[in-house]
Amino acid sequence: MNARTLPLLATMVIFLAAYAVCYVQFPAMLSTRVIGNLLTDNAFLGIVAVGMTFVILSGGIDLSVGSVIAFSGVFIAVLLRDTGLHPLVVFAMLLVLTTLFGAAMGAIIHHLEMPPFIVTLAGMFLARGMAYVLSIDSVPITHAFYDQLQGLYYVMPGKGRLTLIGAIMLAVFVAGMLVAHRTRFGTNVYALGGGVQTARLMGVPVQRTTIRIYALSGFLAGLSGIVFSIYTSAGYSLATVGVELDAIAAVVIGGTLLTGGSGFVAGTLIGVLIMGLIQTYIIFDGTLSSWWTKIVIGILLFAFIVLQKGLVWLTSQRGLAMRGGPGGTR
Amino acid sequence: MPENRPLLHATAVTKTFPGTVALDGVDFTLHSGEVHALLGENGAGKSTLIKCLTGAYRRDGGEILLDGRPIDPRDTLEAQTLGIGTVYQEVNLLPNLSVAENLCLGHQPTRFGMISSRAMSRSARQTLAQYGLEIDVTRNLDTYSVAVQQVVAIARAVSLSGKVLILDEPTASLDALEVRMLFDVVRALKERGLGIVFISHFLDQVFEISDRITVLRNGKLVGTQAIAEIDRTRLVNLMLGRELEQETRESGRTDRPEGEAMIRFRDFGRGGRIAPFDLDIHAGEVVGVAGLLGSGRTETAETLFGVTPHDSGAASDAGKPLHLGSPRDAIAGGFGFCPEDRKSDGIIGDLSVRENIVLALQARRGWTKPVPAREQAAMADEFIRRLDIRTPDAEKPVGLLSGGNQQKVMLARWLATNPRFLILDEPTRGIDVGAHAEIIRLIEELCARGMALLVISSELDELVAYSHRVIVVRDRHHVAELVGAEITTNNMVAAIAADREAAL
Ligand SMILES: Nc1ncnc2c1ncn2[C@@H]1O[C@H](COP(=O)(O)OP(=O)(O)OP(=O)(O)O)[C@@H](O)[C@H]1O
Ligand SMILES: [Mg+2]
Repeated sequence: MNARTLPLLATMVIFLAAYAVCYVQFPAMLSTRVIGNLLTDNAFLGIVAVGMTFVILSGGIDLSVGSVIAFSGVFIAVLLRDTGLHPLVVFAMLLVLTTLFGAAMGAIIHHLEMPPFIVTLAGMFLARGMAYVLSIDSVPITHAFYDQLQGLYYVMPGKGRLTLIGAIMLAVFVAGMLVAHRTRFGTNVYALGGGVQTARLMGVPVQRTTIRIYALSGFLAGLSGIVFSIYTSAGYSLATVGVELDAIAAVVIGGTLLTGGSGFVAGTLIGVLIMGLIQTYIIFDGTLSSWWTKIVIGILLFAFIVLQKGLVWLTSQRGLAMRGGPGGTR
Repeated sequence: MPENRPLLHATAVTKTFPGTVALDGVDFTLHSGEVHALLGENGAGKSTLIKCLTGAYRRDGGEILLDGRPIDPRDTLEAQTLGIGTVYQEVNLLPNLSVAENLCLGHQPTRFGMISSRAMSRSARQTLAQYGLEIDVTRNLDTYSVAVQQVVAIARAVSLSGKVLILDEPTASLDALEVRMLFDVVRALKERGLGIVFISHFLDQVFEISDRITVLRNGKLVGTQAIAEIDRTRLVNLMLGRELEQETRESGRTDRPEGEAMIRFRDFGRGGRIAPFDLDIHAGEVVGVAGLLGSGRTETAETLFGVTPHDSGAASDAGKPLHLGSPRDAIAGGFGFCPEDRKSDGIIGDLSVRENIVLALQARRGWTKPVPAREQAAMADEFIRRLDIRTPDAEKPVGLLSGGNQQKVMLARWLATNPRFLILDEPTRGIDVGAHAEIIRLIEELCARGMALLVISSELDELVAYSHRVIVVRDRHHVAELVGAEITTNNMVAAIAADREAAL
């Protein structure tokens, strides 16, 4: 078995096992209705987690995304309320803005050689502050176009609805997988996670790659903000506090190493679904408090970090065993 | 004849680091179709010159012409596009990427903008086949041995070099067979009209492959000459700026200490790594270990030191059983071990020279009993002087020293613990001829003081020079033991090669 794919396999096994447990207790949980809701409810988290996967693969972190989502919601709501702009125009403006925001953070991280943690922490406060500046109240969105968007869905067999935002999330995941595993940019992201100095000497364009990674994360945070506004029909500057941590949790549960350089975008999707599944279970159960979600996620996270440690240890043992033993391989 | 066209022409290249002038107005000319060796002591500025030529460092002054046109590579990518492929000294490749990705990084075959992994694997396999390496290229690089990684790094540089190939100590972790394959490739590239820069401290290899040599000393150019016009002694003179008194010995030392063994290993082994062996270590004795790369030399050392604890046999210390379950036990038992791969197994680049030297001693004393600052400084200065570590002062971060000087710091770390049994794995790798002689002298001195040493080396002359006994390792078995006058290079080669003749 390849040590590289082991965490991904572990995630899948956990997901299937968890789903089986849920199914045994509540057979209704296997319906497409539940699956459809799972996708819809976690669409904004999934989209932003894709961006986070790239950031973490490169050895960085992006703490600003939760605030950017909130800012996006407020920005859209305020602009739709106060101007006659069509939502699509507002969306385009927003995406340009959040992408530039991400790119700027990437540029600062690269040029000033500052830790991503600090730079994006500042970005987090900045974006949240900007949201407050636009409005401190929850601003409802009442545009006909929004009703249209919310009305778009595909009815799956079994009456489950694949909503527009659920579909957008799936599309983002597919695109993310292609970019991560089938493009030079994707390989460069892994290369940075393997070691910036080495990558630089091997000719990886470190500056360009770093900026693009954070720009991508900013873009996806903006897109996630759009999706979240469609989901809630409102913009509120206090919304999505701590979503960046949920995204990081999803990425880690999905088998990506926090130290960078190893992991899969597909794992993140399963990570998001596991988190959604726990929530759904608690709703089905009805007696458990929603805090159980946090507790279970905490335990899972811990288990995964232990698993990763174990893997690192295992591969280094194997490395030892193989080192100096090329005789057998040629 | 393309021979006389200067391919790469650098004039007055200058580079200063805080506290060091690494390059001081160095000229360097590379013709196409030649192998040009760049020589000098540790810290002379060889790697720095390479990095200035390839854009890894920005030079402070000087001009570089490629094919007559001035170039100013801002990063290594630009140098690659210009047709300059490089194997850097300290960098291997990216351990978390697959072998194929490492080989093709930056120029992966794409279809419709998407990387075609099948085409990538195919081309990677073809490239490596030229080096006689048939491995699964989709596996991560770090699952392979250092030697394989080195071959991959070379293959990558070769595939990137349209005009110039630069090899900074590429042969340090290769065995004789691999070196021969590399040289075949280099000769073929030379035929094709590439210019090749070759850096090495193995003078035999330099004489074998190069056409011309350029010598640097303390960041200054000493001179450039055709290899045919220079002999070994003269070359060493140029590099060191002084004579190197060198006594050569025909066979091993016969003044082997008599009496009871200090430490006995009986039936000591580790499944899958080294077959059980018996070994007696006497105080004041140097035991050499000879064998090809991957034959079980390093495995022997790691098993003795408890890095990979033994699973058969036992050790005894003057008749009393000695527990060796981990490096901690070994250190407590008075063992020291300076490993082969300094990059992954030891040097902490951000810590200063002093801190790196004191580290092992401190670990042995326990963190509650810090080594006094004055003692630390004195110890660091002592080793800097003894081993001729080239550094402005003891507080410089080790990561900024030249490769050979980092190796010397590692050696100093273990010497500082003053063990009674010291294991050295390739102590002279990457170390210049001057320091090389100094380290051999040091080994002799330590042993005269009563320390027992086990030294692993690929350089047989060196083993002859200091060993009382030599153990020959082949296919993970200790196959022969040569004592005193039996220790000659010929005997060792014969024992190593016994059944490998057919393979060569
Ligand atoms: N990044 C750096 N910062 C500060 N000093 C440096 C840096 N890189 C190299 N030096 C210094 O420049 C000098 C030349 O180093 P260089 O690595 O070029 O030596 P070298 O000839 O390659 O030696 P070796 O044979 O040991 O590899 C050394 O004194 C080294 O300490
Ligand atoms: Mg060097």
